[in-house]
Amino acid sequence: MREAQRVALYYVLPSLVFVLLFSIYPIFESFRLSLYRMILTLPWLGQKFVGWENYRDLLTDPVAMKSLLTTLLFVAVTAPVEVLLGLFMALVLNESFRGRALLRAVVLVPWAIPTVVSSQMWRFIFNDRYGLVNFFLFGDATHLYVAPLAEPYLALIAIMVADVWKTSSFAALIILAGLQTIPDELYEAASIDGATLWQQLRHITLPLLKPALLLALLFRTIDALRVFDLVFVMTQGGPADATNVLQFYGYKKTFAEGMIGYGSTISVVVFFAALLLSLLYIRLLGARVLERPGR
Amino acid sequence: MRQNALQPVWWVLIGGFSLVPYLWFVLTSWKSPAQVTAIPPEIVPEFHWGFYLSALRDYGLLRYMRNSAIVASLTTLISIAIGSFAAYSLTRFRLSWTRIYLMLLLAISMFPQIAIAGPVWRILNTLGWLNTYQGIVAAYIALSLPLAVWILATFFKELPYEVEEAAMIDGCTRAQALWKVVLPLAAPGLFTASILVFIHVWNEFFFALLILTNPALQTLPVGIALFPGEYTMPWGEIAAASTIATLPLIALTLIFQRRIVRGLSAGAVKG
Repeated sequence: MREAQRVALYYVLPSLVFVLLFSIYPIFESFRLSLYRMILTLPWLGQKFVGWENYRDLLTDPVAMKSLLTTLLFVAVTAPVEVLLGLFMALVLNESFRGRALLRAVVLVPWAIPTVVSSQMWRFIFNDRYGLVNFFLFGDATHLYVAPLAEPYLALIAIMVADVWKTSSFAALIILAGLQTIPDELYEAASIDGATLWQQLRHITLPLLKPALLLALLFRTIDALRVFDLVFVMTQGGPADATNVLQFYGYKKTFAEGMIGYGSTISVVVFFAALLLSLLYIRLLGARVLERPGR
Repeated sequence: MRQNALQPVWWVLIGGFSLVPYLWFVLTSWKSPAQVTAIPPEIVPEFHWGFYLSALRDYGLLRYMRNSAIVASLTTLISIAIGSFAAYSLTRFRLSWTRIYLMLLLAISMFPQIAIAGPVWRILNTLGWLNTYQGIVAAYIALSLPLAVWILATFFKELPYEVEEAAMIDGCTRAQALWKVVLPLAAPGLFTASILVFIHVWNEFFFALLILTNPALQTLPVGIALFPGEYTMPWGEIAAASTIATLPLIALTLIFQRRIVRGLSAGAVKG
């Protein structure tokens, strides 16, 4: 058994080195830096220990508070919509029909392309002069055209639309895997007993699918909480900070303004938001569901 | 569930939702400059290749592609190699900490990138690895290991232990058994994990943006996000670059749809 311990450790070691250096250590370091005031690119100016001051500043920073609310709103809208849409896609893709493999591949297209590409694509579709959205709404009446990405609420909605398009298929895949674990016999028995399609969905599919739905919701929530690419490309956080989500604000503070102490404070907040939400879902799910390849 | 008469309607809806916005962008790349800004929009392009030429010639598309190919291949190779050892160990030894390690990897994959970005930047800065291939690849290996290990572990778990036991009784060392018996048997799993890691890395933007500020080393997502043009965006060129950037991914998805679906949902939900 000692041999097993040693060999097991040796085999895990290379991965552990990377994980420790680039994931575990940085988390603790972010927390430490959040208690300091320093400039990212001018480290020789020194780091000044300021205790909880960055956190106090954060609470009185209207941009940060707005950013937190915007992020939570983004998560609260996109994650459930994506899971619902994913559920619908999964139900359709679970049927057997000619061309199902092709349709599954087509549905994967938004998932497969870089988020940066889909961001540019939606930016073009929402364009104020020749975007498709304007054309569908107003036709040839170009004087009515609006610039959705320059209007606070519309910009946020535009980013939500782009996110739903990009990631619903991922939710669909998770839910599809759940659907495939439901035995056909249940449906056969139900239809012999005269249950309608709706009744089967309501009383067989949805209850048995609950773990998969929650898991999809967990993954989508965590991912929506760190939305960045869409905002960077489509709006740069604007207009008037309407789309300035936390990850973007943290990026701007840390890397554009070089305030790594304050930036780290924002990071820590995002981290704990993600942690709290994950723990909440895992409680709802029961730890059992997360036992994927383990025993 | 029984067939539903509305099924074909759903197929068209779902397929159209997923494909039409993207196709619109692809068509844009083949239009003439006048067509791109036409109102009402013209659907059928004139199959103009001018935007591709100018994206390649004036915007350094070839360079971005080369950088992406180098970074994504290196990362995939190394993280699958490292990940195989880890996944093998985690599925073969019943030790108290193997499950904890898997959970740790899962937790790490959920970290918001910004939570580690500053310190990662500082580490690479200290090493002098900002704006280098090894810098971005090292960070990417760490980022893709959770994905690689989890997928590989699901595949390794399905392999019977007896086969490698027999090999070891016949005189193989454990490393030889892994190399000669387990890995060939797990080839489909290695392949699936490789595809997913490759796509993940090819598409990554956040860390590439921070680590690669030198245009000569930037990857495709950075190139496409930072496409120059403040007031008049070169939409044709952006669409052309986007089409080229997504071609390998679309090809992979169409060819390996089954594997990707299986890999992504690998044991995600146990019955």
